[in-house]
Amino acid sequence: MPTSTATRPSEDLTRDDRLELYYFARLTRDIEERLAVLYRQNKVVGGLYRSLGQEGESVASAYALAEDDAVAALIRNLGSLIVQGIRPRAVFSQYMAKGTSPTRGRDLNLHFSHIPDDGGPIVVGPISMLGDLVPVMAGVGLGARMQGRSLVGMTYIGDGGTSTGAFHEGMNFAAVQKLPLVVIAEDNKYAYSTPVSQQMALARIDQRADAYGIPHEMVDGNDMLAVYDAARRAVVRARQGDGPSLVGVDTMRMRGHAEHDDMRYMSKPLLDAWKARDPIARYRDHLIETEIATETDLADIDAMSLAYAEAEAELAEAEPAPDPDTAAGGVFAGEHFQPTVDIVHSPFRKKRGAPRHAPAAEARS
Amino acid sequence: MAERTYLEAIRQGLAEEMARDERVYAIGEDIGAYGGAFKVTEGLLDRFGAERVIDTPISETAIIGAAIGSAYVGMRPVAELQFIDFVACCFNILTNFAAKSRYRWGAGVPMVVRGPCGGGVSGGPFHSANPEAHFLHTPGLKIVEPSTAYDAKGLIKAAVRDDDPVLFLEHKFLYRRVKDEVPDADYVVPIGQAVVRRPGDDVTVVTFGAMTYTALEAAEQLAQRDVEVEVIDLRTLSPLDHETVLKSLAKTNKIVVLHEAQRTGGIGAEIAAAITERGFEHLDAPPVRLASLDTPVPYNPALEAAFRPGVEQIVAAVGQLVEY
Repeated sequence: MPTSTATRPSEDLTRDDRLELYYFARLTRDIEERLAVLYRQNKVVGGLYRSLGQEGESVASAYALAEDDAVAALIRNLGSLIVQGIRPRAVFSQYMAKGTSPTRGRDLNLHFSHIPDDGGPIVVGPISMLGDLVPVMAGVGLGARMQGRSLVGMTYIGDGGTSTGAFHEGMNFAAVQKLPLVVIAEDNKYAYSTPVSQQMALARIDQRADAYGIPHEMVDGNDMLAVYDAARRAVVRARQGDGPSLVGVDTMRMRGHAEHDDMRYMSKPLLDAWKARDPIARYRDHLIETEIATETDLADIDAMSLAYAEAEAELAEAEPAPDPDTAAGGVFAGEHFQPTVDIVHSPFRKKRGAPRHAPAAEARS
Repeated sequence: MAERTYLEAIRQGLAEEMARDERVYAIGEDIGAYGGAFKVTEGLLDRFGAERVIDTPISETAIIGAAIGSAYVGMRPVAELQFIDFVACCFNILTNFAAKSRYRWGAGVPMVVRGPCGGGVSGGPFHSANPEAHFLHTPGLKIVEPSTAYDAKGLIKAAVRDDDPVLFLEHKFLYRRVKDEVPDADYVVPIGQAVVRRPGDDVTVVTFGAMTYTALEAAEQLAQRDVEVEVIDLRTLSPLDHETVLKSLAKTNKIVVLHEAQRTGGIGAEIAAAITERGFEHLDAPPVRLASLDTPVPYNPALEAAFRPGVEQIVAAVGQLVEY
């Protein structure tokens, strides 16, 4: 059973929490940079979908969850999986379609799940049809509520995904049932090549939530602490039984839809403007300006993150390809296929030996 | 033992499973206070409360999505689609999310999706579907369709206890027309087993659902002409029980595959192909498919009768096979 915990507001985050946030964002970027190299080396079997420029919002939003809450990431939400403890090696292994990957080479990139029976983080993987994770995560919350668990589910949707019927059905159902769901809606300016103006007539993506009568707010998606605080407010509401919320994040996809995409449709001035607002650089500056960390502290974290990403990539590269005989079976129960995903704790978590969450009594003012 | 209708048997099976296992719950449109469009879930709200008998918005994708998510965290949802035709509205989440989940991730989705199928009641193009072929072609889904009240109870209980998603097709023509002995005791009818409804040596008729009764009526008429038809009721449509069919074919050497859905690409094509591949040496004549016209289901009773295979066509097809 999950303990009822609530995260602290950003002003109450400890130094280690703040450094851990930085580490998670840095690690997310390093993993993707490493994946880009593997992609160019033809070691990534399928496409590579980067979250460059929007790593901050995935990391900061998931950081508002308790450790055994449920998160459902889309392909650009690697950061949320890293925060919840998914081992980087699993991600490399997935991209390279290894026989020891979480899906044993059966599915790609972040399309995997981790659904433990005995506590620990729940990760529900996506399918390529956008929107479906919203009703599915509503169901995770529904099931947990029926079991008397205090679990909160968080999922993500892009500006394109909010145009699907599944998104609408899931949001509406979650609202009617007051389910413990937090939806992070990312306005990252393009759905593949289609700009937001051709996706919706709304000025802001969070206004989608008006249709469901639920709380919503729009935040600067490249301001990690702002995203964290907005997500935390939504998580607190969900855990208290006040139902779902939608947090709109204003951000920018700095690469094409996938690595093959020549980005010819993207506005150069827009890209330049957003480059200056890089979420990791901004957060780094903030840590230095507020004297939470020195250049040296952060350089150490950078080095640690990079070394870890490269070591994990190397381990994954050495993993075997799947045995072609394993293509069959595993469609129904009893046809042995038991994937596992390693859950790891960050060095900051290990160092302080305590979760990032304050006990419930302490956190609820 | 009491006589119960097909509909009452489903309701009894559901209620027994909900009483037996608190993880089992019902979700769907108008299933609570109203008791469902056909009243299958009548009384469940009073007995189990709104937490476990959940009325939803008109959102088939949300119904199935919520069922999937809750199943991931340990629940055993039974989702009702008001008419099985509406499975088209949640085709994506059912076939892409639920059905592929175990293969992709090893995460099972123990979920029942039940709903009234079939024609004969002038339901028209959107309230008469027999959608099994779409899902027969979907690895990861099981499909059952009982024809008797006894099987309806036993199969709904087996479906609830199954660790994979089961599409439970309830033939609406049978809801109140079929009544047979249903034990009050706890029992299951295993998924994946066909049954011989009437033994015979001359020709095999393989069918399921309401067409079982049409086949039995034809068999009765043919018996008066000394033609003994063996009627097989498949009961489970995926995975198919080929063994029972092949065993019968080995005896009769002639076979008719009968179903109510449209002919082209129907389940009959799969059965006929399997028979030809695996039982060719037993065949004394080509397998015959009897199915509905390749049109939407028409509304007018005379048109619908012309659309569906009936006793007359079965008698004629069997007669031709005997002469072959």
